[in-house]
Amino acid sequence: MKITTKLWIGLGVLILLSPLGLLLPEHFKTGAAWGEWGIDEIKKLVGYVPKGLEKLAPLWNAPLPDYAFKGWEGKGLSYLSLAYIISAVVGIAVTVGASLLVGKLLAKKGK
Amino acid sequence: MHIPDGYLGPATSGFFYVAMLPIWTVAARIVKKTLKAKQVPLLAIGAAFSFVIMMFNIPIPGGSTGHAVGGVLVAILLGPWAACIAITVALVVQALLFGDGGITAIGANCFNMAFVLPFVGYYLYKALSRNAPLGSNRRVWAAGAAGYIGINVAAFLAGVEFGLQPLLHHTADGQALYSPYGLNIAVPAMVGQHLLIFGWVEAIVTALVIKFLQKQAPELLQEGRG
Repeated sequence: MKITTKLWIGLGVLILLSPLGLLLPEHFKTGAAWGEWGIDEIKKLVGYVPKGLEKLAPLWNAPLPDYAFKGWEGKGLSYLSLAYIISAVVGIAVTVGASLLVGKLLAKKGK
Repeated sequence: MHIPDGYLGPATSGFFYVAMLPIWTVAARIVKKTLKAKQVPLLAIGAAFSFVIMMFNIPIPGGSTGHAVGGVLVAILLGPWAACIAITVALVVQALLFGDGGITAIGANCFNMAFVLPFVGYYLYKALSRNAPLGSNRRVWAAGAAGYIGINVAAFLAGVEFGLQPLLHHTADGQALYSPYGLNIAVPAMVGQHLLIFGWVEAIVTALVIKFLQKQAPELLQEGRG
């Protein structure tokens, strides 16, 4: 088997395992990553919401915010895990597509 | 380490976009000269690996979370300039599709994770593994150490970027306008977590994959890339 085939398989395994990145923090009841708090969390932490932050934070409306589907917030962990896996598949597909394109545009031919 | 929108003031966000432009330009130029057509799939695999490994949030019980970046590994395999491009692709996809890292902070996040992290890691790996045979354990240790230091230097920079905000932007009565914690809190928080936990994750991931490749495809570890 070619090494690239093995590495693609490895990526597939990582996609299937990716919900661990959701479930473990959930299990240990951890908060957001340092410096990645939402508006409510920041208010709790420092007692006020910085004005510029409040204005800029909602700047971008991502289609799959936090690797989840909009409107699925109340659903159980199994739904969130499914959304996480789908996000990983979509994200990898787009990342691979974009880097193949960039690579093809840049790479030397015939070697 | 994905700085969101609203945490950096316009001066900092703008500064890092401007700083990244020549870096991206040089990266494109160098990769154009050095990347072979048959390495393109590896570039895509590297970008995808970095993307997915960052989804593995590791909890610090009762505290926060963090993750590895995988960037030092990509740099060891493809050189630091190609790694810069691969990680940039992953970070831009994360910001645009998943809101992980801000749009305004893409410059800063790329500077930390797609530039400093792979470059520090790559040159440290090169120095530590000099003259070591491709299959040697020294290469595995060197890769782990490079991953550990690379991600910690990146975390330190993110801490400085966060920590400068209340100095740069605040109201007359002292309230921060953007990220609220100063250097005395932001730098120890970012570096501490990465020294204690996430740096080791980056180290182990980097070392294990290098060990795997020594057995499966040692030709990928040959020098003279990038």
